[in-house]
Amino acid sequence: MTDTPANDVAARAEDRSAALVRKRYRAERRFRMYGLAAIMAALGMLTVLLFSIVSSGLPAFTTTQVALNLTFDAGDIDPDGSTDPAKLASGNYRGALLKSLRAEFPGAETRKGRRDAINMISNEVTFVMRDMVLADPSIIGTTQRVWVKSSADIDQLAKGSIDRALPESDRRVNNRQLGWFEKLEREDRVKTTFNTTFFTTADSREPEQAGILGAVVGSALTLLITLLLSFPVGVMSAVYLEEFAPKNRWTDVIEVNINNLAAVPSIVFGLLGLAVFLNFFALPRSAPVVGGMVLALMTLPTIIIASRAALKAVPPSIREAALGMGASRLQTVTHHVLPLAMPGILTGTIIGMAQALGETAPLLMIGMVAFIVDIPQSFTDPATVLPVQVFLWADAPERAFVERTSAAIMVLLTFLIMMNLFAVLLRKKFERRW
Amino acid sequence: MPEENTPEEMEVTVESNEAPGATQAPKAPPTKVNARDVNVYYADNHALKDITIEIPENRVTSFIGPSGCGKSSFLRCINRMNDTIDICRVEGKIEIDSADIYDRSIDVVQLRAKVGMVFQKPNPFPKSIYDNIAYGPRIHGMVAGKTDTDELVEASLKRAGLWEEVKDRLAQPGTSLSGGQQQRLCIARAIAVSPQVILMDEPCSALDPIATARIEELIDELRQNFTIVIVTHSMQQAARVSQKTAFFHLGELVEQGNTELIFTNPVDKRTQDYITGRFG
Repeated sequence: MTDTPANDVAARAEDRSAALVRKRYRAERRFRMYGLAAIMAALGMLTVLLFSIVSSGLPAFTTTQVALNLTFDAGDIDPDGSTDPAKLASGNYRGALLKSLRAEFPGAETRKGRRDAINMISNEVTFVMRDMVLADPSIIGTTQRVWVKSSADIDQLAKGSIDRALPESDRRVNNRQLGWFEKLEREDRVKTTFNTTFFTTADSREPEQAGILGAVVGSALTLLITLLLSFPVGVMSAVYLEEFAPKNRWTDVIEVNINNLAAVPSIVFGLLGLAVFLNFFALPRSAPVVGGMVLALMTLPTIIIASRAALKAVPPSIREAALGMGASRLQTVTHHVLPLAMPGILTGTIIGMAQALGETAPLLMIGMVAFIVDIPQSFTDPATVLPVQVFLWADAPERAFVERTSAAIMVLLTFLIMMNLFAVLLRKKFERRW
Repeated sequence: MPEENTPEEMEVTVESNEAPGATQAPKAPPTKVNARDVNVYYADNHALKDITIEIPENRVTSFIGPSGCGKSSFLRCINRMNDTIDICRVEGKIEIDSADIYDRSIDVVQLRAKVGMVFQKPNPFPKSIYDNIAYGPRIHGMVAGKTDTDELVEASLKRAGLWEEVKDRLAQPGTSLSGGQQQRLCIARAIAVSPQVILMDEPCSALDPIATARIEELIDELRQNFTIVIVTHSMQQAARVSQKTAFFHLGELVEQGNTELIFTNPVDKRTQDYITGRFG
């Protein structure tokens, strides 16, 4: 049977088709593997990135405190014995502190020893002493055991970031300071606490006093301006272009330009802001109001494009239904099309805002890169924003700023993830199928 | 044509033979919509050529013809829905009650309140059933207060034969109804603003035969109060529901006349070919 030529041909055809099926299966399996590999690679890189940031940033959320016996010397703080708050506030707390340090640290009498002792603790301790006295003047003349913040170098030493085995010349903490610190450790006068300072203050030259709140408030003020400007303008532009504008060469040109605008490097917007808002309109430098305006320019194309896509996704049958009912074009848009497109528009807006939150370059151009130690109170106060704070700290030489840089990145990422999560939830909740 | 359909169609034809015959014999119904030499262009495409037709009041007029023949385009001229298409240009004259609807003094929004429309695909607003009906009367200021609106919603749903099915779930979204119910909701929405003319663009093409039968019954009832123009691909449907039929082909109005005449004794060869199923 099988030798006949006809059967032979049929058998070969069957073989070929079986081989084809196998080949197809193999190709599909291979393709799936490639996809899986690509995703694994992406996830792997993300994990490495997150791990390196978190591992180097986590220590910034704790800080080291040491217990010192502080003598509130009446001769330094209140020489007249008047207990007048105004006089108490201007007492010589540094003198009182130095006396306490001399008593605490043997060898702190020399000029060099005094500097070493001062560098053990944060320089905010004199203010802590003043506040204690103002709160309770009766402690004048007494000695109190007070937990004070250590200096950033001692903090690093306590966290193990400084190797005690290194020769003294390679170490930021010298042998004398190391000896003092080890004595404190032996006496159980060192503890690690949550670093509230990091979340309650603005930038500082001293790492142990530097915080993120100034940048967070600056970012919030800036984004508020961005949102207030870009959302209404963006949505109105999108509605006009999508629902009212005639489709002609002019609207084509506008559309192309908007799409191009979305691809313009952000620093160009910064230059524009510098030339127009600062130099021409003489608005204040480093201010959230200007930063917000610049970021609004940058976010506008994103919002317009997202809003137009959302409006396009509303089925034409809804417009026809409304027009057929005798609704005017404006009523059709405001009663039906816009509410249906709103979830999409809001999602696009949030993503645009998240972009703006992460933007650094244009803000450098308008001076939001300044070193600002006060938390901004208004839209015209000098301020900085989160990514610029990261940039500033990444530039700082102190070891303690390295962990603060990573911690600031973690705060920034947390805000970004929250915003994107909100966008996803919004989309999920209002997603509509026709 | 399947054989089992024939007796039913025969019956309907006989019926409609009697009904219009009875009413038409004493006096012909007045003309509601009067179109004279209407030409429609989409950019350079001459879509409709010199359409002249009179649409009688309180009758169902059906437009039949193969796809792309321009019957829907003409339907959309009657409430100026073509205005929304940038490249569309309409020439000629369409009068409703002797008033030219393309005249400058005509407000298109008021025109559309007077000439309602039901679309091919049921397109209720993604709002509650109640709001679907109440929307039109509200924007046209035809109702004042809640009780007024409630009454109108109930009346409209009753006239569309939907009240019994939805009266307990008026707050549910209109899109939760079945296809046939959605289409009746759309009809109820259209009649809620008391139009004089209702245009229906293949209202049953997305529905099953049972839902279609209900809509056809409804159309027949509505004819008492409204002038209805229906575009349909189904010749049986045209024969069943309409009293007047117009046959469109390649942008021309080939033949028009009493439905039973068109279907039993067409004059034009093309009409004859189409209704016997030789093309289209």
